[in-house]
Amino acid sequence: MKVHEYQAKNIFNKYGIPIPEEKMCVSVDEVIAVSGELGLPCVIKAQVHVGGRGKAGGIKVAKTEQEVKEYAKQILSMEIKGLPVRKVLVSEAVSIASEAYLGIINDRTAKKTVMMACKEGGVEIEEVARKKPEAILKVYADSLIGFLPHKARQIGLFLYDDSKTAFVCAKIAEKLYKMFIELDSSLAEINPLVVTDSGELIALDAKINFDDNGLYRHPDIEAMRDRESEDESEQMARESDLSYVKLTGNIGCVVNGAGLAMATMDLVKHFGGEPANFLDIGGSSSPQKVKNALDILLRDKNVKVIFFNIFGGITRCDDVANGILEAKKELKIKQPIVARLTGTNQEKAMEILKEAGLIFAQSMDDGAKKAIQLLK
Amino acid sequence: MSILINKDTRLVVQGITGRDGSFHTRQMIKYGTRVVAGVTPGKGGMEVESVPVFNSVNEAVKKTEANAAVIFVPAKFATSAIYEAIDAGVKLVVCIAEGLPTIELVKITAYLNGKDCRLVGPNSPGIVSAGEAKIGILPGHIFKKGKVGVISRSGTLTYEIVDHITKTGLGQSTCLGIGGDPIIGTKFIDCLELFAKDDDTEAVVIVGEIGGRDEQDTAEYVKKYFKKPVFGFIAGKTAPADKRMGHAGAIISGTSGTAAEKVKVLEACGIKVGETPAEVAQLVKNRLA
Repeated sequence: MKVHEYQAKNIFNKYGIPIPEEKMCVSVDEVIAVSGELGLPCVIKAQVHVGGRGKAGGIKVAKTEQEVKEYAKQILSMEIKGLPVRKVLVSEAVSIASEAYLGIINDRTAKKTVMMACKEGGVEIEEVARKKPEAILKVYADSLIGFLPHKARQIGLFLYDDSKTAFVCAKIAEKLYKMFIELDSSLAEINPLVVTDSGELIALDAKINFDDNGLYRHPDIEAMRDRESEDESEQMARESDLSYVKLTGNIGCVVNGAGLAMATMDLVKHFGGEPANFLDIGGSSSPQKVKNALDILLRDKNVKVIFFNIFGGITRCDDVANGILEAKKELKIKQPIVARLTGTNQEKAMEILKEAGLIFAQSMDDGAKKAIQLLK
Repeated sequence: MSILINKDTRLVVQGITGRDGSFHTRQMIKYGTRVVAGVTPGKGGMEVESVPVFNSVNEAVKKTEANAAVIFVPAKFATSAIYEAIDAGVKLVVCIAEGLPTIELVKITAYLNGKDCRLVGPNSPGIVSAGEAKIGILPGHIFKKGKVGVISRSGTLTYEIVDHITKTGLGQSTCLGIGGDPIIGTKFIDCLELFAKDDDTEAVVIVGEIGGRDEQDTAEYVKKYFKKPVFGFIAGKTAPADKRMGHAGAIISGTSGTAAEKVKVLEACGIKVGETPAEVAQLVKNRLA
């Protein structure tokens, strides 16, 4: 789960990581009032869940009252990569002496938590890792003991020649680690971490992603979810315990299991069709879950054909069949349904569906081809 | 022969009295697995499918000499169930439970360091050594004893590919799902090390997906060290960036971890990659026939 910069900064603040004076605003009037309190110049930053805000014109420095009004209006009415900007962060303009990068993730390969530092700030760290890996210092935490102070100092001394600044940075690194572990983060970045003209260290930008699997033990983090900026169908899916991702094609796919769901989309594409979505109905699927899945799927008006690809294991084909029957009745589904149901209780499923007017497929390949054929 | 499990494996089922635990205990016994014990704290003394239930894994191991554990408890309790199994001294822990926070796997990895115990999963569908034993939830009827090893990050996609392999007339030695989470106990390379020493395995299929770089690392390992033919399938060619595709680990971060990138590295390392599940099975068949 992602949170906005202003939410990440609030968390930083709680953990004692220094941030600029700033406030989140939702209207032009609020921005004007806050800029009055903070003084000019100030920075107005769009709060949206996409990268490249700056390039898209979503970050502006306002030097006069006129500019504050103008930029606030502009940013609050813009869309960045399709997402409407509903909130902005208004921040004091900090005079920057130097910029660095500090980030932390769980390294999948090493199976350890790793802190990364780079003397260049405001960079795309993956880009640096590819082109100039030697510019990044990686320091691994001890998974059972934690992030020891000398390792934090190693980070500070790598970034700053001046030892006083280095040790302030080391404290920030320790706090960042503590936050990362306590809150089940999957990524936390201070990018850039700046030294101001007066020698202070400040987290000028903040990014925190959270491990979805850890959210159950952090209701306060879950409460920060910005439902407005989420795709409504994806939100409905999450609430029904389904995984759904909308794509741009017209063949709606309903599958059990994430790997098979991806392979089904790929197969549709392989035979010349366009998948409308990723949809995993999960393991022990009840008829209700199948119904919810179809409900979500059909909100996408591009869907012209529905392709069920079920390999029963824990999932019972008869449960899926009953779900299809009920959904057909209740949702008045007009689109043709191609069904490939194999595995646990497939005979029962066929019996349930024999009068339902479905097009049956013998295999995944057969199903994908039949779905594509129906569009012609 | 086979890897990891065989007909002599003595299994303890953690969470045996639960809905999934009891159902799959029956299925595992039906397949021929020696399920010697079950554990549900507070339900010691019961029996499920004629299997004695104990209050702790430690007690179960002492009384039944169980040497492998399978975990069917909800995510919230799975972490402690894994530690309990490790401490009881079993050599293999298979975690079917999904939804464990990643940081718990970081800690478990460190805890396992130096101990004679292997974790498979979490979020694993389990392991089948065809004709010998099955641990987990994979449907037994699709397997046939044979010479192809299968390693997969997925569940049902594994069934799909195994089914195709069986339909070509070939069979499997051992097939396992290593789990779709970002950090897992046993990775592709760990399995290949075992398959290398297994005389009955003549070829291996790796079923990967978007996210991370395990498949790439595995391909480089295969090129350098692995002598048997390896085939691959990568799911998620049509997946968009920065969206989690069901599995916690199946996410393209920025531009890294794409299917195209993985296929390219696999092929550069001499691993033939099938475009579809059916095609992978055919590639193996062509090579072994």
